[in-house]
Amino acid sequence: MCLTPVDEAYKTYKDELVAAGLLIPLGEPGVFGRSGTFEHIVDKFEEYVTRMGEHQNAEVMRFPPIFSRAHYEQIDHINNFPDLMGSIHTFMGKDAEHRKMLSIFERKENWSSELSPSRLMMVPAACYPLYPTATGTLPANGRTVDLKTFVFRHEPSEDPARMQIFRQREFVRLGSPEEALNHRNYWLKEGEKILKSVGLDVTAVVANDPFFGRGGKVMKATQIEQVLKYELVVPICSAEKPTAVTSCNYHLDHFGTSFNIKTADGNVAHTACIGFGLERITLALLKTHGFDLKTWPHEVRSVLALA
Amino acid sequence: MSAQQIRELIAQHARLSVNANELGEDADLYSAGLTSLTTVNLMLALEDHFNVEFTDKMLGRKTFGSIRLLSEAIQELVAA
Repeated sequence: MCLTPVDEAYKTYKDELVAAGLLIPLGEPGVFGRSGTFEHIVDKFEEYVTRMGEHQNAEVMRFPPIFSRAHYEQIDHINNFPDLMGSIHTFMGKDAEHRKMLSIFERKENWSSELSPSRLMMVPAACYPLYPTATGTLPANGRTVDLKTFVFRHEPSEDPARMQIFRQREFVRLGSPEEALNHRNYWLKEGEKILKSVGLDVTAVVANDPFFGRGGKVMKATQIEQVLKYELVVPICSAEKPTAVTSCNYHLDHFGTSFNIKTADGNVAHTACIGFGLERITLALLKTHGFDLKTWPHEVRSVLALA
Repeated sequence: MSAQQIRELIAQHARLSVNANELGEDADLYSAGLTSLTTVNLMLALEDHFNVEFTDKMLGRKTFGSIRLLSEAIQELVAA
């Protein structure tokens, strides 16, 4: 196989992280255990984000990384990102079907053909489980919610920063168009400030989601034309292909319409979020400052309150 | 390209908040309720009907903004 220089850089960095014990390979690309040091950085960065967002008095909510298939069907993910979804299947047969599956399994053939879809899907973004719970009328001045969960995206890759399952920490705003847009714009600036203060060489860029297929080209173009999404990108393995470590999104009334969320004055709610990619930020910090936290720059250690 | 044919496809596929049959050729389709997702439905329907394929350059809001703009884009594709 012929590796491009970027592929080489991904593999080199991944091998270094594994050799240092920071990531624990689990036999599939993009699926890792994390070491205590790795988690310590995640925790400290999160605590910093919590401090920076304290003034919002956000409601803290934590959802599991799975949610209802019925809710999944209301968010257009199947139209836009069919290649990234995770559907949870399980065995639902009786003895006869079990025997059939075991015989296929023992022949080392494709036993998963005997599984059936459960009513559950993997969560593709930390804020998706929130919206179905917000159906109804928001209080005056809307709501601000603090979220974190593992999210799943089926995109196996050698890039250690492109994991199939990783954590997003989000601040979500539900309210009027102005409240949602102000939240997005405030956190775009604040996110940039936070990442710069920990020594990351961050740039804000107008971005699009990886919409699928030809229809996806229209989606990408309209998302960019409407300047709905910004990403904060940092070079991790490559300066030419920097990695998005945080995104700031204005969803217009997409979720408000899908889940019948109304503002106090009866209009369809608009929503916006900032999502910090906790693994990517940690990988960017390790790449920028090295694997030994004790040798990280004094100001970075101080901002992150590293002991 | 026939504005009426485009209007009928809009009525069937664009899920507008207004009656597509009452849309003028220059009416702003996005103001009439076209979304990015329904733009995709409309694009695929137009491509099927007129047996054309929009170029990547055309796949933006400007092309889908009104019946006249769509008609001009399809005309260009048919002539190409």
